[in-house]
Amino acid sequence: MFIEKLKEAVRKILPEVDVVIGYRQGFDPLHATPYFLDKPEQVDQLIWNPLCVQNLCSYIPFLKGKVGVIVKGCDSRAIVQYMQEKLITRENIKVIGVPCLRVISVKKVMAAINQQTVQEVTFEGDNIIVKIPEGPKTIPSADVAPRKCATCQLATPLQYDVLAGEAIQSNKPQDTFEETKEFEKLSLEERRAYWEKEFDRCIRCYACRNACPMCICQDKCIAESRDPHWTSQRANVTEKAMFHMIHGLHLAGRCISCEECERVCPMDIPVAKIKKKISMDLKELFGYEAGMNPDDTPPMYTFKVEEATIEEHEI
Amino acid sequence: MADTGFLPKENLPALLEALSKKFAVFAPVLDGEVVLFKRFAPGATLCLTRPANLPPKGIIFPQSETLFNFNFKKDPEDPKKTSLELKENLDFVPTIIFGSRPCDAQGFRIYDRVYLETDTADPYYKGRREKTTIITLACNAPSPGCFCTSVGRGPAESDGSDLMMTELGKGYFFEPMTEKGKEIFKDSLFEDGSAYKEQAQKAHERVSALVKKPFAILEGTPEKLLSLFENSQFWEGETAKCISCGACTYLCPTCYCFNITDEQVGNSGERIRSWDACMFFHFTLEASSHNPRQNKHQRLKNRVGHKFSYYPKKYQGVIACCGCGRCIRYCPMSVDISEIVAHAQGA
Repeated sequence: MFIEKLKEAVRKILPEVDVVIGYRQGFDPLHATPYFLDKPEQVDQLIWNPLCVQNLCSYIPFLKGKVGVIVKGCDSRAIVQYMQEKLITRENIKVIGVPCLRVISVKKVMAAINQQTVQEVTFEGDNIIVKIPEGPKTIPSADVAPRKCATCQLATPLQYDVLAGEAIQSNKPQDTFEETKEFEKLSLEERRAYWEKEFDRCIRCYACRNACPMCICQDKCIAESRDPHWTSQRANVTEKAMFHMIHGLHLAGRCISCEECERVCPMDIPVAKIKKKISMDLKELFGYEAGMNPDDTPPMYTFKVEEATIEEHEI
Repeated sequence: MADTGFLPKENLPALLEALSKKFAVFAPVLDGEVVLFKRFAPGATLCLTRPANLPPKGIIFPQSETLFNFNFKKDPEDPKKTSLELKENLDFVPTIIFGSRPCDAQGFRIYDRVYLETDTADPYYKGRREKTTIITLACNAPSPGCFCTSVGRGPAESDGSDLMMTELGKGYFFEPMTEKGKEIFKDSLFEDGSAYKEQAQKAHERVSALVKKPFAILEGTPEKLLSLFENSQFWEGETAKCISCGACTYLCPTCYCFNITDEQVGNSGERIRSWDACMFFHFTLEASSHNPRQNKHQRLKNRVGHKFSYYPKKYQGVIACCGCGRCIRYCPMSVDISEIVAHAQGA
């Protein structure tokens, strides 16, 4: 059983660190919840399944001492990006890598079962079986996976000190940003109407910001600042759009595409679409992907007189 | 006229259309996968099968509202002299909240003690509250994470509602609870409901038994939480996974804290009141830059403490949590307030 390998890895790491961050069962069978443990007897509460969705790396820059953390491939880009931006001391972090081919979106499962109460969840092959009051419902995992999983290249984390299980290769095609390119074909008015409708639901709870592993300003965010005064506290779509655009632009060349922002939104706003567009542009303009190589410098952190892939404007 | 009524499901749009002629009617409407209270318009996709993602609190206590507009006027004869013009914003329209859940409606009862039942009632809250009629739909199934029966409430609790409705097969059973509710009930679309009363009662009992019970009793909980106030180890442990966002607070039907800011351009502007959340660092940030709640565990401790200790201590033991479960259901990290309370009881 994989969970035994994971527990063994955690037991091994535990004496070397102050805390290990993993997952345990949350309030119902569909929800996993982050679990901070520092005692060997707590290890048995750990779980591992495709519903372990949270990016646990997001906690690391704010923790003191030595930290062990369970990391999936997608999440491992956060560790790399932290290293680039010198937000962590790598020696203080013990990365317990887990191979992963796909996680499952709780929101998509809830939509598939019409938001009913879940009594039991089991996994069989490539299916998730969810027991609801009217009986068990079998759903193919691929149908309820977050969109990032469809093009995941990181089945094995980029960084790890211990790997629970064997390293595996990705079995997914490369991301070609098809969805973004399709969306860009819409007229400016259509895109504006789309975002006005989506942002209208925003309640400015800042879950997207606080769950973002790269939103490191946190308490100093311009969304709440009076000085500088970029946004007001009015609850209109202009202010909401302003916040989301700033969130996106602050992540240019830094967003590691974990899509936590979108996963956590209680209003189901597809905010990761904005970051995806910016990631696509960064790839085209600078040939750069965030969080892939610890020795890289994010393009917005540096300046070259002539960029290899950008044509100079005629003066 | 009968004391109770029955309305076949197919007549529901007609009722809402009739009410829309006299009131601004807000009803739960499906927007993608999200249910939100929106101004009812004929043809809207009503969603009564589950509680709205966001409670209807914003209809009476808006996320952001202009309290008044101001304008500094310079005296053309003597530019050093300025006078101030204020324009109050106290026009409120008769409103109906249709299809709230019992927990949503009781949220307003929590607000009432703070904003109405004091010697300085809040004119904005009071204005909207008095003009609003609340028609509540009893729950016919628990929702993920909800626990209303553990906080002294229930899926058919009528406190805070003007008119109660219960889904029974082909229609809805209606029971007015207040004078405001009786006014609505006068509508001729209702049939006599007396034959359905017992059936409704049975439905209420059935659902009540299905609701999760994270703790058996609340007695002693306010005192217990106070005794843990200085125990930062307990709170750090309980809140380690919290990311200190405002989702729980803004989705909560009983959270009522606000911020006030002035937005001024040139000589004129407006004073805005907007929702605020004790989960935010800025909530307690003082002008000196000192922050008494520097850390997230202090902030979540406040949220739990306010609902289960400070508020009941101040208001005759009333728990300021209706158990709607939204803070659990939609928490990015699945923080569970009922679990924290249970842990505190056992600590």
